[in-house]
This record gives sequence, structure tokens and C-alpha cells, in this order.
Amino acid sequence: MPISTEDIRYVAFLARITFAPEELKRFATQLETILEYIEQLEELDVSDVRPTTHVLPVKNVLRKDEKRESLSSEAVMKNAPSKQNAFFKVPRIIQDK
Amino acid sequence: MDFETVIGLEVHVQLSTASKVFCGCGTLFGEAANTQTCPVCLGLPGSLPVLNKEAFRKAIKAALALNCEIAEITKFDRKHYFYPDLPKNFQISQFDMPFSRDGQLEIIIEEGIKRIGITRVHLEEDAGKLMHMADGDNSLVDFNRAGTPLLEIVSEPDMSSPEEAYAYLTELKAVMEYIEVSDCDMEKGSLRCDANISLRPRGTAGLGAKVEIKNMNSFKAVRAALQYEVNRQHDLLADGKTVVQETRLWDADGLYTTPMRGKEESHDYRYFPEPDLPLFEISRQMVADIRSGLPEMPARRRERFVSEYRLSEYDAGVLTQDKALADYFEEVLVDYNNPKMVANWLMGDILAYLSATNMTITEVKMTPQSLAKALKLQEDGVISGKIQKQILPVLLKEGKDPEAYVKEAGLAQISDEDELSRIVERVIAANPASVQSYREGKEKALGFLVGGVMKETRGKANPQLVNQLLKERLDTSNT
Ligand SMILES: [Zn+2]
Repeated sequence: MPISTEDIRYVAFLARITFAPEELKRFATQLETILEYIEQLEELDVSDVRPTTHVLPVKNVLRKDEKRESLSSEAVMKNAPSKQNAFFKVPRIIQDK
Repeated sequence: MDFETVIGLEVHVQLSTASKVFCGCGTLFGEAANTQTCPVCLGLPGSLPVLNKEAFRKAIKAALALNCEIAEITKFDRKHYFYPDLPKNFQISQFDMPFSRDGQLEIIIEEGIKRIGITRVHLEEDAGKLMHMADGDNSLVDFNRAGTPLLEIVSEPDMSSPEEAYAYLTELKAVMEYIEVSDCDMEKGSLRCDANISLRPRGTAGLGAKVEIKNMNSFKAVRAALQYEVNRQHDLLADGKTVVQETRLWDADGLYTTPMRGKEESHDYRYFPEPDLPLFEISRQMVADIRSGLPEMPARRRERFVSEYRLSEYDAGVLTQDKALADYFEEVLVDYNNPKMVANWLMGDILAYLSATNMTITEVKMTPQSLAKALKLQEDGVISGKIQKQILPVLLKEGKDPEAYVKEAGLAQISDEDELSRIVERVIAANPASVQSYREGKEKALGFLVGGVMKETRGKANPQLVNQLLKERLDTSNT
């Protein structure tokens, strides 16, 4: 499956990462190789195999609905680059009007 | 050209649990900002989510109440997007293996009962809350709500008018309240609704360009926004223009929709399995257990109220929409088995009192037993309907015993013939003109004289007896 630098730019944008032009090219080549390798799997008949979503045979891990202590306000805000009172402060995103 | 409307709704319902869906933080509304947070719901590195059993159970209960098929195996997925209210930059949701699909909900429309398909119901986590600052440049984030268990209920595009969408929401809310999985309080955001709407030439099967509407804060707003969109899209199409597929925001002040700007540029969510949560198998035994614990649903109860109590469809609908009200109604009937009478008082004076005081039936002090007593007092002729109207607000507010209160306030109806006869005499003597009119055949004059007696007794006279005494006196003798 051919991967263009445009594909890389798009995926990078979705992840909010910026790449230099030579990186775009390099990653396109690398990703193409990876996907080609994966395409080999298509030769196998897997119609009877359930997709593997988890590698461990663990299931139904649940907890009781019990309230536990939350973090202290100091701990919550400790790593916040910007805050105001008890709130995290962020640049405004939506112009709703 | 004639167009028909196609509407589908996406409803989010917060499940009421003591703790969040993947961590032990509390879920109370209105706590101090960011005090209900921990490494899991703040998305700190190294933290691991663990599914809340009660949230899972309530989710399955809700899906069963909506007649959905419950999956044997279900999986959680990460839905990726960047927004400041989403601490991990992905939301734990469900993509291709939701725990339920293919349900339906019956709604009542003018033509009768209509079944609205439910495409799927899945479980996910709620996001935090953003408050935009007055400076216009910044927003404040409170993550208390992040991680609250949230049910997403997606309908089929089966509704063909804003009215049907309104009926669907009302019924859906009633069902969620009946099964006690959510408080469904729109003001607190426990129930939220987005709508998809398109128009197509009547009789055709394809779908027109779909517009998604957001930012509607009440069922009435949903109805108004959809009506606005019907008109807007109709005008465009009638002019030969095209409808742009987009997301629009409802403006509740201006009563119009506007295109949403600066929103997420793409709906490419790059779902992939949540590696930190295992698969969940839902045993048929568990499904059977939950199903057997379901109460009578509003639609069934409405039918039963019509057949068992001989109420009108309308009355049965009003009484059963609120489970607490329907329970109250049936409890009154235990002590006073006159459904029509109980329904009339509940839907009249009592609902009016509730809406005036902004209370629910569970918040008033008057017990169902007490209402039964009050109605019995009226039936036995101890008090008149007029006095009933007067005492109900007191009983509702103060929870007094009706019998004791009627005695204490001297409100018992006067049914003593001798006493009433004396008052009748006085009223006749004081109103010769009305007496004259009555004898000349003007029946209306009798009403005036009855009113006179009621006034003298401050509403306490037994009206039937007054009527009878007056007629006897006027028809048999001359004054
Ligand atoms: Zn938490």
C-alpha cells in the first residue's frame, strides 16, 4: 500500500505533531514497509479466528461501586502549567457566537 | 415540491453511581472544582482504569428497558480527539463491539403508537467541563465530571417531525426514570441531546444532506431547533439551493441555528481497542437476572391505567410519565378507590401546586393516605369541593391530618338542616328581587341565592342540601 507524504502529514496533524519535509519522506517509506509486511497476513485464511483485541486471557475485571478518596487540590494542580484558583487554565478553543 | 423530514437523535444519559466509571472518585454535581479527581480521571501517566460493576449493570438495565439485544462479549475502545475538557486526549468509549444494539422505543403520536428504532446503546466516560472566561482568550477547566459513566443512546432516523422527536425524548426520559438508572436532570447535564436532521422529497428513500444540531438545553429547545431547521432547509431546497452537511449550534436566545466554527477539523477518531480494559463477557444468566428486575415500563403502565382504571389515554399519559406520580396515584387508590376522582385532583390542583412551587410529588408533605382521607371527607359530605380546594395546599405544604385540620379550622360542611334552613330564610328575605325572578321562571336566580347561602357560611354549606332547601321553600310557599 503506497503511503504518500500527504498521508503522513495528515496523521501527524491528527496527533498534533509537526515534521520536517525530510522526515515526512522517511516516515512515508518506513510506514509503507511496515504495511507491506502486514499485508502478507492477508494470504492467510482467518475467517474462523476472532480478532485479537487483547493478548492476555483476562476478562471481566470489575470493581465495586465505592467512592474512594480523590487527590488533594495541591496534588491535582501540581503539574498544571497554567491555572486560576482551583481551575486549569487553557487557551479558548471555540468561538461559539 | 413536498418534502419529508428525517430525524435521528443521539442522547447521552449520565448513570447515577456513587463513583465514576473507571475510578473511585465521587460523582456528585456541584462540588468544588477539581476536587473529585485522581490520576485515572485526570489521565496521569501510569494510571489504569477499572470498570465500575454498578455502572455496567445499570447500562445493561437501560439497554434492556429499550428492548435491545445484549452482546455476549463487549469491548471498550479509545476515541481520539483533542479538546481541553478531555484529559487523556482520548475518550474511553465503545466502537465496533458495543454492549447492546437493535432496540426500540414506543412513542405516542396523534396517529397512535409509533416504534422508534434504537441503533445502539454503549457505555463511555463523560468529559470535564469548560467555562469560557470573560476575557475571551482563555477557558477554565473542571475535571469533576470527567469519568462520570455515560450512556450513549443512538436512535434510527425514524422520526418524521420535531413533535415526534419531543415525544421520543419524553418517553426515553420516563423509561430511564422508571428503571432508576439516572436522575435525567437536564439542568445538571445528566441528560443531553444532539439531533440529526435532513429533508428529502416525499416518497423517496435516500437521505438528504444531514445537519447535526448541538447545544440544546431542554426538550422544548430540541423541538424548537428542529422546527427552525425544517423551515431553513425547506426554504433552501424550495429555492433550488443545497443544504450544507455541517454541525450547527442552537441559539436559545435568538431562536436560530448557526454553523459551528473552529470545531474539531475532522471526525477521524482513530478508534482502537482500549488495551487497559479487558474484554467483558455478559452471561445470559446476568441478562436474565437484570431483565427480571425491570419494573413495569411507562408504556405498559399507561395501557393498564386505561384498561384497569378506565382513565382516558391523555390522563393515563400524564399520570404515568412520572413514575413517582403514578406510584402516588396507585397508593391513594389503595385507601380510596375512585380512580377518576383521584386523577382529577392530582392532575388539577395538585399538579398546579407542584408546578407553582417547583416541587415534585415526592417532596410534598401530604401522603397518599392523607389525600385518600381528604377525598373521602368530600365524598361523605363532610367538606365541599370548594373547601377541598382550600385545604389541599395546606395539606401539601404542612402535611396535616385532613380530618383534624378540617375540625381545627372549622371547615366542616354544614349539613344540619335546621341551621341551613335559618340561613336560607335570611337569604330569601334579603333578596326579594332574585326570589321574584326565580318565580318568573329564571332558573339562574336560584344560583344567585345558593351563592348567597354559601357566602353566609363561608363556603361550608352542603351545596346539594342548600339547593334542595331553597327549591322547597320557593316552590311551595309565597313570601
Ligand atoms: Zn478519578
